[in-house]
Amino acid sequence: MKNVMIVGATSAIATEVAREFAKMGASLFLFARNEVRLENLANDLRVRGALSVQTATFDALDLPSHERRLEQALKIMPDIDAVLIAHGDLPDQSGCQKSYQKTEDALRSNLLSPIAFLSWLANYFEARGKGNIAVISSVAGDRGRQSNYVYGAAKGGLSTFLQGLRNRLAHSGVSVTTIKPGFVDTPMTAHLPKGPLFAQPSTVGKRIYKAMLKEESIVYTPWFWSPIMLIIQHIPEFIFKRMRL
Amino acid sequence: MATNEKKREHLSWGRYPRPQNQNALTIRSLAEPLTLPASSQTVLPYGLGRSYGDSCLNDENLVIPMAGFDHFISFDPNTGVLRAEAGTSLATILEIFAPKGWFLPVSPGTKFVTLGGAVANDIHGKNHHVAGTFGRHVRRFELLRSTGERLICSPTENKELFCATIAGLGLTGLMTWIEIELIPIRSPYLDTRTTKFRNLDEFFDISKESDALFEYSVSWVDCTSEGDQLGRGLFMAGNFSDKNKPAKRANLSLPFPCEAPGWLLNSLFMKSFNTLYYNKQRSRVVDGLTHYEPFFYPLDAILNWNRMYGRRGFFQYQLVVPFEQDRSIIKEIFARITRSKRASFLAVLKTFGDITSPGMLSFPRKGVTLALDFPNDGAPTRKLMDELDSIVFAAGGSLYAAKDARMSPDAFKASYPRWQEFSSHIDPAFSSSLWRRVIG
Repeated sequence: MKNVMIVGATSAIATEVAREFAKMGASLFLFARNEVRLENLANDLRVRGALSVQTATFDALDLPSHERRLEQALKIMPDIDAVLIAHGDLPDQSGCQKSYQKTEDALRSNLLSPIAFLSWLANYFEARGKGNIAVISSVAGDRGRQSNYVYGAAKGGLSTFLQGLRNRLAHSGVSVTTIKPGFVDTPMTAHLPKGPLFAQPSTVGKRIYKAMLKEESIVYTPWFWSPIMLIIQHIPEFIFKRMRL
Repeated sequence: MATNEKKREHLSWGRYPRPQNQNALTIRSLAEPLTLPASSQTVLPYGLGRSYGDSCLNDENLVIPMAGFDHFISFDPNTGVLRAEAGTSLATILEIFAPKGWFLPVSPGTKFVTLGGAVANDIHGKNHHVAGTFGRHVRRFELLRSTGERLICSPTENKELFCATIAGLGLTGLMTWIEIELIPIRSPYLDTRTTKFRNLDEFFDISKESDALFEYSVSWVDCTSEGDQLGRGLFMAGNFSDKNKPAKRANLSLPFPCEAPGWLLNSLFMKSFNTLYYNKQRSRVVDGLTHYEPFFYPLDAILNWNRMYGRRGFFQYQLVVPFEQDRSIIKEIFARITRSKRASFLAVLKTFGDITSPGMLSFPRKGVTLALDFPNDGAPTRKLMDELDSIVFAAGGSLYAAKDARMSPDAFKASYPRWQEFSSHIDPAFSSSLWRRVIG
């Protein structure tokens, strides 16, 4: 994987993935919201050994602009081997319950914006006949819980979309990797109390890098979330609905 | 943008003292001015929490977590000059640059410290006798003051603040980025020589010959044997090698899982450990080829080894006494420690050279330095350290602030005679638990 595109590159997890690719001398194209932080990351990746680093800003809530952004990026880096879609934010669940607008914004940034990128990229990779599309979803999408179901719905929808896309693109030699991190110690979760289940972004980032190289399908990271979610998914609904999760 | 939050305990490495009411002030960007709380609370930058006592704590106030600010900014492969954000760890620098043939100019006993912490404590390493402290290899840094000012500090620009910030315990403002000079190496391996010494006199003799031959040297000392074996140990020295080992090296690190029960580290256990360790080599001198990881960072292979000391934590005590004094002072200190049967397995002895640091509060100075751990057993442990203090200060010695959780204001002022000059450079919005304890 020589040419890699990362959307939402300045997020803590995506930064660690980008650093792994930089270390192996890849060329990178990075999308992120904040230009100062983006340039800061680009310098870091250059020092770490990236062959070249290009950047562009984007606004996750401005869905119609995504296609244009991708077309511009392709002029600079015409041959993309792999893409990681990593942007998203953790909405305030109680705020969403009080305001549909907040719910809609959460669905836009966590579900519709990634899908807008994916719709275009799927056709690009299908025509190319090879490559890897990796997307950061979440364990939160595996089952709706009262504390977090708007985010869960967005990530659940995203995981299902990716499942279908993987099925479609498998026939043209393109792999789709769904990444389901558990709790990660990042600025997105800065307000949450930290427990032993929290993983470091570098651990998760290295795992994603490996999953992309090996073109894996569904990856829980850290690994222990796989058995945890298996249990959570199999709790009967008549019990689950009474639980406070 | 800043949020005031209470999410995790920011402790020091000795896990003593435990802050009762210390919150974190999270900042999102180093490019913006500091958004300080409306309350009169002070702030203190917090890196990876490897300072042992309370120099990295700010109880009843705020710490600014810095470990997320870990971006490299630039590197010149012709000169080895590296600029990086202050939260970048030495481990990251080694991970990226050691394979490219570069090494840290000065390296402490753990690589899990930030650049900012390395400067703020003006750390030293096994090459102090030839390279001096870390601060000597700092070219410049940017200091963000609570007034919003951004000052470039170097030996020629804002020189006073440069000298105050090196070894300045994080009190002079927030370092955003730091520029250091890496040194070239031809191999990640060192030609090493481990020499057994049967007592302190032998240590002084070996140290004298070896320091001319080896760039790196340190000794591990058995603090449990007495009489004519008082202060026996292993002298470990090395130089970066030209040779490369083709064999693959296992990179294994194991976490210490939980806080150990208090009875584990009893004096019998210590005596057995020390005896076994001393006898790990039969012959007096053993030469070898050693990778830099086990040579410089033997304890990093056990993550969180500090938990071994249990819930009550431990003290680390590091002193330096002038070299001109006769050997009897260091012998007296050893005799006192051995008699107490309170020492643990990590006693480290080294001679410092006479290369001075720019830092006003820099600890290393010409003489012999000894560092060791004492499990926190309350009053008897404190009494022992008080007794050691009287020997150290009578001999004109000093204690290391970065390791300290208990020295008196008088001891601090005696250790750092330039403390008053330093105080005038403190940023009024910054403070620490240590500073309030020793200066009030």
